[in-house]
Amino acid sequence: MRKFKEFIIEKLILICGLASILFVALIFLFLLKEGLAVFKTVSPFKFLFGKSWYPISEPPQLGILPLILGSLLVTAGAAIISIPIGVGCAIYIAEIAPLKVKEVLKAGIELLAAIPSVVLGFIGMVTLVPLVKSIFHLPTGLTALSGSIMLAFMAMPTIVSIAEDALYSVPKNYKEGAFALGATHWQTIWRVMLPAASSGILAAVMLGIGRVIGETMAVMMITGNAAAMPQSILAPVRTLTATIAAEMGEAVVGSEHYFALFAIGVVLFIMSFAINVTADLFLHKRQ
Amino acid sequence: MRRNWLFILAAFIFTASAFAAKDKNSIQIKGSDTMVNLGQAWAEKYMQDNPGSFVAVTGGGSGTGFSSLISGTCDIAMSSRNIKEREIALAKQKGVNPNEIKVGLDGLAVVVSPRNPVSKLTIEQLAGIFTGRISNWEEVGGKDEKIVILSREVNSGTHVYFKEHVLRKNDPDSKEEFAAGALMLSSSQAIADEVANNTAAIGYYGMGYVCARQKAILVAKDKNSEYIAPLIENVRSGKYPISRPLFLYTNGQPQGLISKFADFTLSKEGQDVVLATDFVPVK
Repeated sequence: MRKFKEFIIEKLILICGLASILFVALIFLFLLKEGLAVFKTVSPFKFLFGKSWYPISEPPQLGILPLILGSLLVTAGAAIISIPIGVGCAIYIAEIAPLKVKEVLKAGIELLAAIPSVVLGFIGMVTLVPLVKSIFHLPTGLTALSGSIMLAFMAMPTIVSIAEDALYSVPKNYKEGAFALGATHWQTIWRVMLPAASSGILAAVMLGIGRVIGETMAVMMITGNAAAMPQSILAPVRTLTATIAAEMGEAVVGSEHYFALFAIGVVLFIMSFAINVTADLFLHKRQ
Repeated sequence: MRRNWLFILAAFIFTASAFAAKDKNSIQIKGSDTMVNLGQAWAEKYMQDNPGSFVAVTGGGSGTGFSSLISGTCDIAMSSRNIKEREIALAKQKGVNPNEIKVGLDGLAVVVSPRNPVSKLTIEQLAGIFTGRISNWEEVGGKDEKIVILSREVNSGTHVYFKEHVLRKNDPDSKEEFAAGALMLSSSQAIADEVANNTAAIGYYGMGYVCARQKAILVAKDKNSEYIAPLIENVRSGKYPISRPLFLYTNGQPQGLISKFADFTLSKEGQDVVLATDFVPVK
């Protein structure tokens, strides 16, 4: 009887484990099935590298290059802002901060992760957007830069907590060895700790970026959503995610527009999948 | 004992609501964001006059309204544009037969900040601005400032109407599009807010949304015509060049509660509500 119980529980857990993979596979298959249908009307090359996105015109123009570049620009901006701050914060928490400060900082960062993105977007819309407009003397503050700054806030908690974890798990004797050789604290951090934790820190950065590229609500509210080829980070952009969110209500099921939105979903899925796999590779290299 | 009473009460409420659902005492209305306020005002008035019936109104855009009517998730679609050929074909495929009821008229106001010196434009100039050919306010008599174009998202009937009637000037063969650099905002309110804070911005929406924080542009059909303000009397007389009809769409000839509601919107009372929400009555 006990063995039987054991058997049932084991199998139940196995099913739970397999279920998540099954769901991902089903979602991807559904995305592919609906998304690939768009290539009946537009060639993959024209879809990925077309420069105009006018999905409801007759005939529709379905080029998503401006959207891809918009997503990449916002993400790159967010990475440039959040990586130095995030990694610096992780070094401070892991190496320098006294215990009490450390506890407060960690709680604060967890709190930052708990702010819903729509709230961040709203705050950005009323505070950051007018600020960006007046600082750079722009015609409008709804720009890629505003989106980048807001998204940097969202990537930071992921980067800090995973990078801090990576620094923390560097064996103690590395540090002791460096000190014994007469290295200063900074030399130890820069020459010993960071290289030893580098794969974990890279994984932290990749996961932070993965969070940014999939973010929708905040970018939709503050990047202006203009589907033009982005000229600079101070111009309005339209991201892949915002396009799906803004247009899914209109798209009639079974139309080219509908299939095109699913194809955008496939592109997004591949992008974040690639990022996650890279992060995973770095993490495994460490072990 | 008290607990028992609570239980009975709960059960009663449950059965009552279950019956309500069965009797089809409720209507779902969905669609044009322009018409949400109007729909809601109708619903309130109607429910006040007919206790026991329930009318729910949500927005989302005219296209959203049609796709819900086609998929059967709403009973009436509100739309600020005619249904497209493609949508009719799709509806027929799903066994839905769209039936059009014209319930009002709406003037589209073109708005700028009150601090912008430009106060009148021709349709030709508007088309130039929104397609990106005119990119500086200086070219239409304003300050030397880059024009920031604000538009609704593509799920909006207002977007489609503006494109067809202003950018393309009713020419079905025209290929004019909004400038790629146009900012797409998700609601009329977002456009109103941005226009109020930005002297270089220009946007458009139903004239019901204009308030003191925006300035409505006077519009002329061409250079030699009179510049007309988006006011109710000018829309009704047909003098204001950018006005459009507002529709309700039902599946086939409306019946029961849906038909009663549709009749109500066209009645004297219903048309008074149209006027009270800054639209123009048809009767």
